[in-house]
Amino acid sequence: MAARRISGFISRSLSSSIASPGRTCNLRSEIQRFSTAAALQEPITPPVRKTFPAFDPRTGEVIANVAEGDAEDINRAVSAARKAFDEGPWPKMTAYERSCVLLRFADLVEKHNDELAALESWNNGKTYEQAAKSEVPMLARLFRYYAGWADKIHGLTVPADGPYHVQTLHEPIGVAGQIIPWNFPLLMFAWKVGPALACGNTIAGLPPGVLNVVSGFGPTAGAALASHMDVDKVRYSHVNPCIIIAFTGSTETGKIVQELAAKSNLKAVTLELGGKSPFIVCEDADIDKAVELAHFALFFNQGQCCCAGSRTFVHERVHEEFLEKSKARALRRTVGDPFQKGIEQGPQIDSEQFEKILRYIKSGVESNATLECGGDRFGSKGFYVQPTVFSNVKDDMLIAKDEIFGPVQSILKFKANATRYGLAAGVFTQNLDTANRLSRALRAGTVWVNCFDVFDAAIPFGGYKMSGIGREKGIYSLHNYLQVKAVVTALKNPAWL
Amino acid sequence: MVMADGSTSSENYKRIPNIGFTNLFINGDFVHSISGKTFETIDPSTKQVIANIAQGDKEDVDLAVKAARQAFDDGCWPRMPGYMRGKIMNKFADLIDENIEELALLETLDAGKVFSFETTVDIPSISKELRYFAGAADKIHGKTLKLSSEFQGYTLLEPIGVVGLIIPWNFPSAMFILKCAPALAAGCTMVVKPAEQAPLPALYLAHLAKLAGIPDGVLNVVTGLGHIAGAAVASHMDIDSVSFTGSTEVGRRIMQASATSNLKTVSLELGGKSPLIIFDDADVDQAADLALFGSLANKGEICVCSSRVFVQEGIYDELMKKLVEKAKTWIVGDPFDPSTCQGPQVDKKQYERVLSYIDHGKREGATLLIGGKPCGDEGYFIEPTIFENVADDSLIARDEIFGPVMAVMKFKTVEEVIKRGNATSYGLAAGIVTNDLNIANRVSRSIRAGIVWINCYHNFDSGCPIGGYKMSGFGKDHGMEALQKYIKTKAVVTPIYDSPWL
Repeated sequence: MAARRISGFISRSLSSSIASPGRTCNLRSEIQRFSTAAALQEPITPPVRKTFPAFDPRTGEVIANVAEGDAEDINRAVSAARKAFDEGPWPKMTAYERSCVLLRFADLVEKHNDELAALESWNNGKTYEQAAKSEVPMLARLFRYYAGWADKIHGLTVPADGPYHVQTLHEPIGVAGQIIPWNFPLLMFAWKVGPALACGNTIAGLPPGVLNVVSGFGPTAGAALASHMDVDKVRYSHVNPCIIIAFTGSTETGKIVQELAAKSNLKAVTLELGGKSPFIVCEDADIDKAVELAHFALFFNQGQCCCAGSRTFVHERVHEEFLEKSKARALRRTVGDPFQKGIEQGPQIDSEQFEKILRYIKSGVESNATLECGGDRFGSKGFYVQPTVFSNVKDDMLIAKDEIFGPVQSILKFKANATRYGLAAGVFTQNLDTANRLSRALRAGTVWVNCFDVFDAAIPFGGYKMSGIGREKGIYSLHNYLQVKAVVTALKNPAWL
Repeated sequence: MVMADGSTSSENYKRIPNIGFTNLFINGDFVHSISGKTFETIDPSTKQVIANIAQGDKEDVDLAVKAARQAFDDGCWPRMPGYMRGKIMNKFADLIDENIEELALLETLDAGKVFSFETTVDIPSISKELRYFAGAADKIHGKTLKLSSEFQGYTLLEPIGVVGLIIPWNFPSAMFILKCAPALAAGCTMVVKPAEQAPLPALYLAHLAKLAGIPDGVLNVVTGLGHIAGAAVASHMDIDSVSFTGSTEVGRRIMQASATSNLKTVSLELGGKSPLIIFDDADVDQAADLALFGSLANKGEICVCSSRVFVQEGIYDELMKKLVEKAKTWIVGDPFDPSTCQGPQVDKKQYERVLSYIDHGKREGATLLIGGKPCGDEGYFIEPTIFENVADDSLIARDEIFGPVMAVMKFKTVEEVIKRGNATSYGLAAGIVTNDLNIANRVSRSIRAGIVWINCYHNFDSGCPIGGYKMSGFGKDHGMEALQKYIKTKAVVTPIYDSPWL
């Protein structure tokens, strides 16, 4: 399920990867054409349809109306995916053939790079430059990465204590439900869909029914997916209705997803949730470089990253210089139309986020943190927020504890692990011992040393503590979409054990 | 058995390609050998010369190694992320797919292989192999370690450097890619020495490699004679590893050369005398097909050929009847003829060698059931030959013949056949035909061989590692294991202080 975002385009691309080449046409009519697509191979024009608007966050205006899927649509999608898995060719194709399909998809993404980037920028507010030069190419890269895994999914032969031949088969899990967030819609699509398909699963094309996309709202469609028991009990009751649900989003919603999964059929859950990641500037840091990296770590993607370096800890000896330069850097940050060249920061995603960020800024001021710069909306239209920097932030302030998900940097003097989150951390130092000590001491899923937001395909990503369960990307992501079957056969007179 | 019509009708099927590439490929260019010397490569169907190929000497090998060394030490290939190497390798695979016919023609012409097999099975498999390793290039993981003291350790899997790849003549294209693909994926650079009996496919592949974007110096090809160019590679002081597929005899020499030069790592895929064991419960039809396929495929010029066929006594008579019956339909003829099953042996030397072994077989008292003679008088064709009542210690039961000769032995019990199957200095492959779970498990674990095929044979897959036991060699091809030949493991250890866990 693509939370409130347009992904029909992608599903259509996948299923027509052999049939029809992409066509370039007016972007708006393209969106119109795909916004009625809910699932399956053909875009469905349903009789009377609920829709919901997709907004342009530069202005708050409606771009298009997107089909609103609810529990019934989820049922149809799961049903199609279940059928495709149980009866369709996908899991029975050779891994090599699956990898060829994934490679072909990557080629198509590359071919439609600019179109996809424009859609993303338009709907999300991130700069077109970031979408076109970084995110869309990364989507293609990830699919090629997973294509290469498809025929390398190895189980083990295992030494037993007695005369047994033991093998572990790593089998596809079945139907995967995936709930994708709005901050990196294309990237998150790849992180989830890539490994699931590489392992031979189908998702609630490609052969019909393998990939299904349902747009809609979290509490309706999302909840339906999380609590799905598998549609047709009469027909499939003999089959283990094993669905796995993979969710990226807020911690609050993550809890609901896990609860629904538990209450329904105990489906396996992977969660990638919020963060309040520390960025630690040690006293031996090159200040100019540290300032730039810390700035990037927080402000990237309008501050809308689960792993944003949202608590910048600076060693007291370099604090003053660091603060002065960070403030100057924030003041220099260019805010405006994401399609314009040279703009660093676009609007926040929507009014809800926009209002939330302004409330946190207010709370920061009220709790007596020092507002160094910014602090208010930018312009009078759309959801732009001024790049904001707070200093003299204390650990117990709301702006130091809660995930703001906006362009609000909080600078504190030194102390790292006091958070219920544990998604990422950044360490800026030249000292070998400091780097080693901190990287082991920090309770976070990723520790970046002298870099930040390095998201190569092979690097696993995920949270400690309440930032989530499970890892995405890399070889680790495969575990989410496989189940292990041990096959044990008695041996007569084995030559060796 | 039926022989194709004489040479006039075979002309109808033959399409001679333009031989575009006959020179050495060094540092991205096709160049003459320094000496200017050439050697002839022959079409074994007609004994005619196809082309004159540059003959590389030690000096040419030096040049190639120099180019490969520079490409490794200073060039971009090992410094590219694995993903980028993979992208170029995928392009190489695409180019192969676009030129399947050309490669198939060269292979059939130069090595006498069956053209229809080349276009439908052999050549298509090599782009798959490239893609397998293209997808592996960014998945070479080391480990972080659990040490027993206050130290942090991890292993880095580094490319070994400049590798020498000595390629045989029986699958010139497939072997070229088999050896090169993992080396490319790992970030190594290489000097390839193709067998002098069939050098054409290698040179064409070098041309495609360049078109694909493999940087100059990364992949070099020096054609020449084994005992000169091949020996120069094996004993070169600046090559870090040599991988060889060929005869056990030459494998020994290569290992010796490594010892007397710079102790370069060695991997060898050598000869075999692989047993195919057919049990009483086997389906006679299936078993006969497997036996023929196992021993006669590619005119018996496959290292894993099932050249010893053990048949359990209960099924013996029926199987032998079926075998002879089916062998009669095994067509030997022009490899370009779509109805041909078997082309000519690769050259005069092999041809004479096989005939000499057949002679031995007759003289040693084995019973010749079918074949045993040359086929026609043009080209190096030999009839599919089946001997029964072969004594375990006879020459034709012990030596690798590398021709279309099957030696059949009868056996009684499982334990007996395990002993007899293992009574060889080789250990490359084995086949088992049975539906009994216990027999399958017992025998597969007891036979000392690198690959055991149950109810199938000659089943190769990019993902399945193969390689020999005993004097069939060491080191693996195919599968992620194949990368190990081209990678060295480096451990990096640092003290840590005040770690919250150990």
